[in-house]
Amino acid sequence: MSAAPDAAAVPGYHPVIGRVPTTWAQALILSRYQFRDYLRSRRFVLMMAIVAAAGIILTAVVGYYRPTTLIDNSSDLYGGLWAGGAAFVILFAGIIFGGDAIAGEFQNKTGYFLMGLPVRRTTVYTGKYLAALAASLVSLLVFLAIIVGNAAFYLGFGAFTDLAPLLASFALAVLYLLALLGFTFLFSSLFKTSLYAVLVVAVLFLFGFSIISAVATDLAHIEPWFLLTYADGIIAYPLTGVPAHIVHTVNPFSHATMTTYNPTVPEGIGVMLGYFVLTALAGLWLFEREEFT
Amino acid sequence: MVQSLEARELTRRFGSFVALDHLNIKVEGAKCVGFLGPNGAGKTTTLKMFTDLIFPSEGEAFINGLSVQKDRKRALASCGTLIETPEIYPSLSPREALEMNGALRGMSAGDVRARTREVLEEVKMSDWADKKVGRFSKGMKQRVNIASSLLSDPEVVLLDEPSTGLDPRGMAEVRDIIRGLKKGNRLIFMSSHILSEVVDVCDEVALLDHGKLLFFDTLSNVTAKFDGGTPSVDVAFMFPISEADVLKQVATLPGVAGWTRLDGTRLTLKIAGGVEVRSKVLEQLVGLRLGLVSFRESRSALEEVYLREISTGDS
Repeated sequence: MSAAPDAAAVPGYHPVIGRVPTTWAQALILSRYQFRDYLRSRRFVLMMAIVAAAGIILTAVVGYYRPTTLIDNSSDLYGGLWAGGAAFVILFAGIIFGGDAIAGEFQNKTGYFLMGLPVRRTTVYTGKYLAALAASLVSLLVFLAIIVGNAAFYLGFGAFTDLAPLLASFALAVLYLLALLGFTFLFSSLFKTSLYAVLVVAVLFLFGFSIISAVATDLAHIEPWFLLTYADGIIAYPLTGVPAHIVHTVNPFSHATMTTYNPTVPEGIGVMLGYFVLTALAGLWLFEREEFT
Repeated sequence: MVQSLEARELTRRFGSFVALDHLNIKVEGAKCVGFLGPNGAGKTTTLKMFTDLIFPSEGEAFINGLSVQKDRKRALASCGTLIETPEIYPSLSPREALEMNGALRGMSAGDVRARTREVLEEVKMSDWADKKVGRFSKGMKQRVNIASSLLSDPEVVLLDEPSTGLDPRGMAEVRDIIRGLKKGNRLIFMSSHILSEVVDVCDEVALLDHGKLLFFDTLSNVTAKFDGGTPSVDVAFMFPISEADVLKQVATLPGVAGWTRLDGTRLTLKIAGGVEVRSKVLEQLVGLRLGLVSFRESRSALEEVYLREISTGDS
């Protein structure tokens, strides 16, 4: 081992082992090992099974019905298959990789191993966030590959002639993933039991936000701009075009006017960014104060 | 720099319950200190505050003069820890877990490889180095945890009941490991319920009860102070020793103030004096050629002190 006793007084310097890496460098190291753990875990197999099931169902439905509105051009095909499916994949990836990321450190006692090392809690939080992001991105890319494979089957080379809208949609999906993971990490920091953390996030995203959205739109007659599940609507825009912000429709039977809201692009990006920053910081703040009792 | 651990007015309350009550203790130099106390005395609470796993209600903990509460990263840089029985990510192998530990500490890849080999060999886990930790028994995991705490060859080692989960052979091996650690220039601070373990490996003992420090001194002084000034040693012979031999040869040795028989081959001797007298008695016992095979601080003496102090605290 390299010894440098004269440097022992330098902050962060260990006379036996050298300098402890920076917080950011440690987070990257931790994320590498955590990502490796994810890739070998049952949860990754489960996630791949969900992605495969979604891909197979979409492929089978399109293959059976061959709707001309979908398979005639790449924008329609990507718009129809990718945009809705991506939000679904991201939701499950967020819950599976992020739901118990922090809570599991307490419940499974892996935190005792990490926190005995010269690392800040920020390192652990960031490293785990990056690992969950990487594992989720792998899932999203596998789903994307299935969709592109479908497009290549129906359109041949035409599937690759104009990829810019798809890439823009992918970038927005990644932004949604960042926000959703921030949100799941917040609840994961709030609970010391993995099951509670996962359940709360799953119930909120699968039912809670839909109910809140319906209440806001139909009863309060306000735009549910504050919901992440509302903002994720912009993922499809690069492929399908931007719809009108507010759409009024009249029910032909009751003659009642229904109002539908669609997020604008700046609004969607702002809300997703806001969720990402605020929930990630709030989760970190909570984790900094949690004790391994 | 002399390695050190210090608690200044370290206090922890859980609601109205005081788990640790203004603990003041400073341990310096290369030695092994046993941290004793009954369940709920505050031992693990103290060690958790030394590693920033929980936060003090008052006071501060220092490792090598650095406040754990203010700068955990630098304070723990030269410290190996084993608190409770940590779990390692189940799909990682011991080698990978130690690689992660080393990388997070800033060790070079070469150092990590070499030290991983050494410490896994030390805890007898070399054959399992590349198997997944998730399949290990509690004892095997504890061995990997011990290896992890030693990886960086730390100056200060904090061990919270390191024998937990180990079988008798494993416990004996842990004692050997700690004895081996003492040969290096290290400060070892170890909590334990097992008095024989403390007697075997520790130089000094601190006794905690109801969150308060009852005493902190060298093992000999503790047993001497609480045993009418006469510390005891347990001696064992290869063959049964007769009453006549004890009375004629052993009891009459200068420095021997009294004796009691433990069984056919073992005696407890009261020593009238400090370390020098004890050393002299040992020399004389060897000279008697009675087949002496063991001579060590009396376990029963520490046990007496422990029970006396704990019951005093309870009353």
